[in-house]
Amino acid sequence: MPHDHHDHDHDHDHHHHGLSPSGHPYRQDDDAPLTYWQRMEIAVRELLIEKGVTTAAEIASQIDLMDSRSPANGAAVVARAWADPAFKSRLLDNAGDASREMGFDIGPLHLIAVENTADTHNLIVCTLCSCYPRNLLGLPPDWYKTRAYRSRAVREPRAVLAEFGLDLPDSTTIRVHDSTADMRYIVLPARPDGTEGLSEAELAALVTRDCMIGTGLPRLPQTVATPG
Amino acid sequence: MVKRVRVRSLMPPGHVRAPAYLRGKTGVIERSLGAFGNPEQLAYGLPAEKKPLYRVRFTMAELWGDRAERPADTLDAEIYGHWLEEVPDHAP
Repeated sequence: MPHDHHDHDHDHDHHHHGLSPSGHPYRQDDDAPLTYWQRMEIAVRELLIEKGVTTAAEIASQIDLMDSRSPANGAAVVARAWADPAFKSRLLDNAGDASREMGFDIGPLHLIAVENTADTHNLIVCTLCSCYPRNLLGLPPDWYKTRAYRSRAVREPRAVLAEFGLDLPDSTTIRVHDSTADMRYIVLPARPDGTEGLSEAELAALVTRDCMIGTGLPRLPQTVATPG
Repeated sequence: MVKRVRVRSLMPPGHVRAPAYLRGKTGVIERSLGAFGNPEQLAYGLPAEKKPLYRVRFTMAELWGDRAERPADTLDAEIYGHWLEEVPDHAP
């Protein structure tokens, strides 16, 4: 034992073995060797920098740009579509261009918006890898990349949705969208009832990341805390 | 008119983006997406031909038979034209 608390005369009663002084478990050091692809990434990155193709600062700024993208961008797009029928029609026609029109820097993203209606619910998955509209919504949640979600979403979407707390009636048709190639998808959820008087910003606060993947529904207006 | 297509039942080696669970399955063209570089060449850094890409809609009944949760639910996927063969409307 590297450190015996009982030798100290001040009170260490709240210390437990394996926990930090603030009560958190110590995490093992990540001492595993680099994988093949990690070595490949480092080698290619260092070569690109050595040859002057890019710089470390440019790479860092691209990482910052990706980290700055978040589901709030998609929520703003959804709220605009709820508030403005002409924008909604442009969004359903070409969601990439409609997002660019709002000023979002989504690069060459090809985006399709699929609309939930009274009798249709849409769900997005990528069975082959983890395709996701990152350039609009930022990085996908970890569960989206798991084999369990990727295989079950196409095979038993209703069971998966039930685990997300979404029990859809048999009268609702589920349309699953497998992002197998060049398109990325965003669900345009149905605008919740009772939101008639809300501003675009208030509407955006109802739009969750999961409701744009199809594993959730928008929040209801009364569940959003009113700023004091 | 609704165009019915079947995903080719090929199992070539290498990088392809037609998922195995859809091969041999019949669906309808939901929309045409235009032409995109063939990922089977792009994946190896080769000059890629532009190939037409389609969204194909399958019923869950077609994909999973009796095990479908609800037969009329659907699955849409993007499939390149060279993976599709036309199915006549009144196939025997």
